[in-house]
Amino acid sequence: MKYLCLVYYNEATIKRMSQEEWDSLNRECMACVQDLTEGGHYIDGAPLQTTDTATTVRVRNGKAVTTDGPFAETKEQLAGFYLLEARDLNEALRLAQKIPPARYGSVEVRPVREPVAEGNILSAHG
Amino acid sequence: MAGDALHRRIDAIYQEESSRVFATLIRLLNGDFDLAEEALHDAFVAAMDQWPRQGVPDKPRAWLVSAGRFKAIDRLRRQGRFDASIPTLLAEIEAQSEPEELDEQTIEDDQLRLIFTCCHPGLSREAQLALTLREVCGLTTEAIAAAFLLSTPALAQRIVRAKAKIRDARIPYEVPDREALPERLDAVLQVIYLMFNEGYSASAGDNVTLAELSSEAIRLGHLLHQLMPDGEVTGLLALMLLHDARRDARTTPAGDLVPLEKQDRAVWDRARSVEGCALVEEALRSPRIGPYGLQAAIAAVHAEAPSSDHTDWKQIVGLYDLLLRFNDSPVVALNRAVAIAMRDGPEAGLLLIDTILEQGALQRYHLAHAAKADLYRRLGRKAAALECCERALALAQQAPERRYLEQMLGEIKKLQELPHHCVERAGRPTTRE
Repeated sequence: MKYLCLVYYNEATIKRMSQEEWDSLNRECMACVQDLTEGGHYIDGAPLQTTDTATTVRVRNGKAVTTDGPFAETKEQLAGFYLLEARDLNEALRLAQKIPPARYGSVEVRPVREPVAEGNILSAHG
Repeated sequence: MAGDALHRRIDAIYQEESSRVFATLIRLLNGDFDLAEEALHDAFVAAMDQWPRQGVPDKPRAWLVSAGRFKAIDRLRRQGRFDASIPTLLAEIEAQSEPEELDEQTIEDDQLRLIFTCCHPGLSREAQLALTLREVCGLTTEAIAAAFLLSTPALAQRIVRAKAKIRDARIPYEVPDREALPERLDAVLQVIYLMFNEGYSASAGDNVTLAELSSEAIRLGHLLHQLMPDGEVTGLLALMLLHDARRDARTTPAGDLVPLEKQDRAVWDRARSVEGCALVEEALRSPRIGPYGLQAAIAAVHAEAPSSDHTDWKQIVGLYDLLLRFNDSPVVALNRAVAIAMRDGPEAGLLLIDTILEQGALQRYHLAHAAKADLYRRLGRKAAALECCERALALAQQAPERRYLEQMLGEIKKLQELPHHCVERAGRPTTRE
């Protein structure tokens, strides 16, 4: 089963890091990807540039409306993602705990829905 | 066997075995709660049909598991003609060969799997409680809704959503591994303790289903204690038993609160107290003694004291000191301050409570002001006692607590204000004299 791990942290906190701390965090993340790959869990992933580079698009009445900034102003911002293969949620949570920014912000773990043309299960939308 | 006797026998087997059979069926049916519930029902329908003719099998539990699994596969085959997702599920279920013999260990593990899955931290606390009561304790949705003052459809919806998350996020049906166990076990203990407290709250007297929550929590505590020997499991069971022993003494028939020091100890349930105290001994010997075991030990000291005056307050203070190391909360600090007042006199307690209040968190907590009012009352300081009691009353929400504080206010108003030079000599708590 595939799980998407969305990594959030407060950009302001991260921006206050020294160059040394920031480099060390990046090295940790690269090592984490290496471990996940060797364990057969890593499918894809990427760190993102900060939210001041974000642009949001909405289509309303057939017209695209483009605005500066992220979809929502929040205390913690989306900073990157990992797409992982795990047996079940417990394994996915164990892997997510090892994602280094989890120490500063949070990692949201979401099961991936397999899209099918018809008969998608809607119940979870309750 | 005559028909009536057989029906009673089947009823007894249902009472005894249904929760175990259900827990095993969930595992055999790939973690599908709804399918297992239908399978359990079908298995008992089959038993009612076949046992009168063929006799009750030697191993009714194994028979029911096997029948339930077979009925579920049968049901899926029929549905499979209309639903494209069924064949995969069916293949997965059939791939799990049915165990030849259901040994005790497997049955016990299945019960633990069910408890840990219902209390999974991926579910909200409300969902954990509702699911545990429904799936582990077997309470009806109506009864759970009544206990939580919710409509039945709202409670049913909560359970449906929880089961959907278990299925869609794939929360596994397993006992957590050694690394995750302490954290996961704490979540289970919190659910059981919350369940107990919901049923133990002041208003429980009027609400029969609420009292049922407490007895279900104790039953679950016994089950977990039997399945998983652990210091904190033992401690929680002891704590619940010792509190439950005081249930009838803690309110008057009119529903007014009776504080511990004024309770008629002859009304305490002796058998529960004795069982609780023995479990405290067991918990204290365990390497995993924690907050539940320590709170139980405090309750045990009270249980063993013939009266409030003859309570070993020194030991209680010592236990609170230990408890603070696990749980550095202002409420624990407040209780410790009250115990110190009983040991060393009201001034010592007041000094500590004021320090705790200065830290801010308890300023709007009525019991902190009520405790101060009581200590000032003991010192004969009428004006200060009045002020604190009125402050507590302004903050208290629940009717029985308000009535208790109003009664205290009346007692304070009857006090003679002592001249200031006498205050020193009135310093001992009245209950110790």
